[in-house]
Amino acid sequence: MCGIVGLLIKNPACRDRLGELMVPMLVGMSSRGPDSAGLAVFSEPLPSPQYKLSLYSGSAAVDWSRLLDQLAAAFEHQHHLSASANHAVLTTVADLHALVKWLGANAPSVHVLSVGRSIDLYKDTGPPAEIAERYAFDRLRGTHLIGHTRMATESAVTPAHAHPFTAGHDFCLVHNGSLSNPHLVRRKLEPLGIRFVTDNDTEAACRYFEWRMREGDSLVTAVQRGFEELDGFFTFLMGTDEEILIVRDPFACKPAMVAETDDYVAIASEFRSLAHLPGIRHAAVFEPKPAEVYSWRV
Amino acid sequence: MAGVKAVEFDLAQVPLREVNRYLHRDAQAEGVTHVRISNPDGAHSIVCGLAHPFDVEIDGHVGYYVGGMNQRANITVRGNAGPGAGENMMSGTIRIEGFASTGAGASAHGGCLIVQGDASLRCGISLKGGDIVVGGSVGSFSAFMAQAGRIVICEDASDALGDSLYEAVIYLRGKVRSLGADAQFEPMRPADFKAVAELLGVAGFKHEPRDFRRIASAKSLYHWNADSNQEY
Repeated sequence: MCGIVGLLIKNPACRDRLGELMVPMLVGMSSRGPDSAGLAVFSEPLPSPQYKLSLYSGSAAVDWSRLLDQLAAAFEHQHHLSASANHAVLTTVADLHALVKWLGANAPSVHVLSVGRSIDLYKDTGPPAEIAERYAFDRLRGTHLIGHTRMATESAVTPAHAHPFTAGHDFCLVHNGSLSNPHLVRRKLEPLGIRFVTDNDTEAACRYFEWRMREGDSLVTAVQRGFEELDGFFTFLMGTDEEILIVRDPFACKPAMVAETDDYVAIASEFRSLAHLPGIRHAAVFEPKPAEVYSWRV
Repeated sequence: MAGVKAVEFDLAQVPLREVNRYLHRDAQAEGVTHVRISNPDGAHSIVCGLAHPFDVEIDGHVGYYVGGMNQRANITVRGNAGPGAGENMMSGTIRIEGFASTGAGASAHGGCLIVQGDASLRCGISLKGGDIVVGGSVGSFSAFMAQAGRIVICEDASDALGDSLYEAVIYLRGKVRSLGADAQFEPMRPADFKAVAELLGVAGFKHEPRDFRRIASAKSLYHWNADSNQEY
């Protein structure tokens, strides 16, 4: 079991409330996923060539201001670092490859959770309510987000195994279900130079879709191709800087519910995570049909 | 009205467990006849296991297993239902005014489940004698291995309808994407028209029994045939 949530704000006036509206959605799915939680929030993209990395140091104490000084000495570009406890968002224009290599050598306890111009990513182990409070999810602003509460079945309970998974830039995926052929997918992708961080089944799906998009597929096409390549049970919820997308396996083994109003599109594993939303009584509520792809653009 | 005793519960105020416990243990002795529940907000197992002929109204959307194992109660959900609505019900009536998620009426032994909207996949799976009337369409694998009882579908059915049916009978008004293994269309007999008319009447759906087709088991799976080479 796991819980998924997604929220896309259609009415720009409500974007300041993204986090506040989402926290009860995420916490509402605690019984489906009590061991870890995470979310990816998308906001107005940074002007190119700026991009940002979500950084996570786990239980290691990191002196973020010292890290920023070291970065300034190593790379001549302007950097901005917004840190809170063991999480930070680094905004920069430095060469990504060189920067990640530098972080690996000089700050080995710092992990890169996401890369992009729009995405910030948080994930950790523990009850969803604690994680929401730890990272002040209620204060998040933006256009859309996807989140997850995890009950691990296939791999270990660690922050790296928590969802969302990311691959490439401004793309992430959460999953309720389990895949039966993730190793097959992995053996197909690794020879193409695609590197995996965990042994988690969901990571295989995430990297598969991102690879297809780099090969020129739209996300919808990639997902349709995934029906042939990915075997197992799934409700996948994905986010890019432009859209959120949900798809369920042909047997609809895992639940999903959508509520849509003029102000938002909200998605959760169950209605009880949507019941608190404003205007829910008059929302269009439906269950996504199996093997049909539903997406909403910002 | 004489003989009516109504109780109301607001699930935003009262824990569901207290409500279910009261309905199981105390309500009949206190002469309760009508139960009204507000703010269900998708909670699981609302009014599961009732054993008395209460009239229950639930105002909103419910989660998993509403009215599961119901005996004798008449339950109306003024909203949508999550998975397993009326699962394993024994008698009584459950009406879902919106749609029902997967496994509606699964393994119901008796009573009648009415879904006014669509029912999702696996509706009536392993049905054991109950009746199900769906005003909309049903998802794939509905009536899978259904052993006894009747399912009336007023619109369409998706894949593998009635796969591995035993003695349950399906009445379908619309199209079916595919029948399951061993399910077949059969001629409607007078008893079938009568059954459809009766069930439409219970549900309050205005359709003509003559527009329905009967689907039942060809019974070729009833006996193992070692010579069939897995082909039936």
